[in-house]
Amino acid sequence: MLANILQNLINALQWGSFYALIALGYTLVYGVLTLINFAHGDVFMVGAYIAFFVATFLLTTIGLPGWAALALTIPLTMILTSVVGVTLERVAYRPLRRKGANRLYVVITALMCGLILEHANLAILGASRKAFPPLIQETVYNVGGVVFTNLKLGVIFTAILTFLFLHWVVTKTRVGMAMRAISYDKFAVPLMGIPLDHIIVVTFVLGSGFAGLAGLLFAMSYPVLEPYMGALIGWKAFIAAVVGGIGDIRGAFLGGFLLGAVEILVVAVFPSSYRDLFAFSVLLIILVFKPTGLFGIAKTTKI
Amino acid sequence: MTVQPASQTDTAAVLEINGLTQRFGGLTAVHDFNVQLLPGELAGLIGPNGAGKTTVFNLVSGFYQPSEGEIRIGGMPTAGLKPHKVTALGVSRTFQNIRLWNDMSVLDNIRVAQHGTLGYGFFHAIARSRTYLDCEARIEREARELLKIFDLDDYADELPKNLPYGLQRKVEIVRALSEKPKLLLLDEPAAGLNSVDIQELIRLVRWIHDTFDVTIWMIEHHMDVMMELCERIKVIDFGETIAEGTPELIRNHPAVITAYLGDDKI
Amino acid sequence: MLRRYSVHILLILAGGVLTYLAYEELVSLYILSVLMFMGVNVILSASLNLVNGYMGEFSCGHAGFMCVGAYVSSVLGVFLFAKDKVFGAPLLDPSLALYAFPFIILAGGVAAAVAGLLVAIPSYKTRGDYLAIITIAANYIIISIIQNLGIIGGSRGFMGMKSVISSMEDVVDLPWMPIWVFIFTVFTVWVLRRYVSSTFGKGVSAICQDEVAAEIMSVNTNKIKTISFMVSSGLAGVGGGLFAYVIGYVNPGSFNILKSTEVLVMVYLGGMGSLSGSVLSAVLFTVLLEALRPLQIIKWIVIPLLLVILMQFRPEGIMGNKELGDVFPWLKKFYKFK
Repeated sequence: MLANILQNLINALQWGSFYALIALGYTLVYGVLTLINFAHGDVFMVGAYIAFFVATFLLTTIGLPGWAALALTIPLTMILTSVVGVTLERVAYRPLRRKGANRLYVVITALMCGLILEHANLAILGASRKAFPPLIQETVYNVGGVVFTNLKLGVIFTAILTFLFLHWVVTKTRVGMAMRAISYDKFAVPLMGIPLDHIIVVTFVLGSGFAGLAGLLFAMSYPVLEPYMGALIGWKAFIAAVVGGIGDIRGAFLGGFLLGAVEILVVAVFPSSYRDLFAFSVLLIILVFKPTGLFGIAKTTKI
Repeated sequence: MTVQPASQTDTAAVLEINGLTQRFGGLTAVHDFNVQLLPGELAGLIGPNGAGKTTVFNLVSGFYQPSEGEIRIGGMPTAGLKPHKVTALGVSRTFQNIRLWNDMSVLDNIRVAQHGTLGYGFFHAIARSRTYLDCEARIEREARELLKIFDLDDYADELPKNLPYGLQRKVEIVRALSEKPKLLLLDEPAAGLNSVDIQELIRLVRWIHDTFDVTIWMIEHHMDVMMELCERIKVIDFGETIAEGTPELIRNHPAVITAYLGDDKI
Repeated sequence: MLRRYSVHILLILAGGVLTYLAYEELVSLYILSVLMFMGVNVILSASLNLVNGYMGEFSCGHAGFMCVGAYVSSVLGVFLFAKDKVFGAPLLDPSLALYAFPFIILAGGVAAAVAGLLVAIPSYKTRGDYLAIITIAANYIIISIIQNLGIIGGSRGFMGMKSVISSMEDVVDLPWMPIWVFIFTVFTVWVLRRYVSSTFGKGVSAICQDEVAAEIMSVNTNKIKTISFMVSSGLAGVGGGLFAYVIGYVNPGSFNILKSTEVLVMVYLGGMGSLSGSVLSAVLFTVLLEALRPLQIIKWIVIPLLLVILMQFRPEGIMGNKELGDVFPWLKKFYKFK
């Protein structure tokens, strides 16, 4: 019985780690720009594909051993995925921001960019799925009936480390303070001599970089890649971020793990076709009772 | 809209506020606020910025629910009522920053303000029934009459954003009046007006007060406007009432001067 | 006199021409189906514009309501008037299908409107962006529910509508689907126009421009939002029902977020708050989709790219918030647009 609970807990944490890593990208950008970056889920997908190409290149062309390839793939994936994210910001969002365009237009642009990423992938790489090459030896542990692998532990560990790192960035560094300042008052910040654009780029670097990391880890855990893999996960991670309380990274992590828990629980009890139904329903119900999310702060309108 | 003198038989308070306290988290915006406005009064509410004046108006309008205390309009409590229901009790208002619907004509602004008393609903609107046609005709007629009374009929088809600021303010006041309120709340009507428009505003408010059967309660920072128009003024600072009385009394009241200008002690 | 009814006469003529062309098979089945999809797209685009354009909200799950309407109309029609594997013999005489059809479609619309009501309620207490989340979640939830309803086919889909259509054609030999699509398209535009041009409907615009002022100026904002949402989703359901009968087969996967995005593109392309814009963009978009059919792969790169460019250089869309009568004032002599 206890083993069963622990098993589900570990599965939930692992599954939720992906949501959490993606959710924090949404929440960082929303906190700073009040923009729902609908393309973010697809940035995750791009990250997974980047990881695929980098890993394959390192393994086969260069002939590095698995662990060395992994050690190089992680930073390369994160950097290259950040580039994708920042390019999106520079090319699509910044011109609209400059013009002072209605937020809605930027959101629509984000939605469209996501679609372009998905279908460009489909067009360029074709519909066949890609198999991610194994990078590490997966060892299975069995502790008292609870089964887990080193990879699963690695994923959970990475998520927690990421949270600690980002929490440090947001609360202890100047960049983080600037990010928080922008979320309170976007107009005052440049007046105080803080370069708005730089901070926004940093935000996208962080968000996209960790989405790339999530993509790599996801590809290692579930080694079949296809162009639409980011869409559903992206939507769910976004809703998880909102339920946790968007704009607050604790909210993103809480929301991500909560969603993971809900889905694992549902699949444990019901047929798996009910998973999405329950996931979305639970999230909706939480939103009804706590509209600002679990960690969210209610912002009142002044009249 | 018919013009009526203030009725003599009705002496019940138009607005009654008892023990009103409003807290936003840790901040007490308004504390133990009390007021009684009788029919036909022209009263004022002043105080330094952030004193809580607009909060009081927002509470009366029903935009917030009070933390403590009670508000009654024409004897009816407003507790738990949504703003559009409070308006139906007989209150109407203007806002610190003009809140006209800028992509709708002036005439439409007046007409939409009648939404609570349209007399028809969705299905009549689709079917264009007799009820619909009669109600729409009545609403348009009354709106145009109202505009004519205020010399705004030439601007009926203009968009508010194309009008000079002073005129927009006038339209906003007329829109509020179109609700046929017992109580009209004016939130800093002189804000952003030049001296010519301010004189016009004083004339307008006085004329409204003399001509219509309505109680007016004003928030204002322009002291000359307040002194000229108000019969009675209440002063609040940091949510507390610090003085109340006639304009002359308030003008020389030490607590009021301290609140606005600080005191001599360094 | 002729001038006042010029639009009505024009519409009746258009309907007549369409019927004749279809009956005599003077246009190919392909062109006919494109025209019918055009009609459905007009219904979808115009109905979403009510919420996203006139009311200024951001509803992203319109296809979900389409799905509700599609399934309710399909299942009802097949259950009542057709013989099929799941329900067996038709409950009623198939020759009645012709008279019942509009009600079947409307029933789909009513069901979708109820779904819209359920979605609208949680949105009152939440801020603008949250409607996006709620509608996306609702879209997924609706599809998920249908996928789990094995009795009506689940993910495999549902069919049988073709026999309902043949039953109609047996009674009166006319090309019924083009006729019904035409009638309901006109009906949709008619309902929406009458709604938003009334003072009652202008409350929607007031909520969009300044919700606080609207609420304080006696507009019951929750009620108007609810009504508008129900009308919008109800009409989407009507569109969905017609869509299902035109194809003759329906499956939940056709109503996913991609379909919702198609409708979003049409609304923003046409112009938020412009009924003429929605109609125009629906027509253009349908043509564009067909033109890109041979280039299936890049279809979904071109369309989003189009919208991105639109957002950069002309975010108000083709018509902005104007109607045809504002762009071509001489048209106002024939038709009161606002």
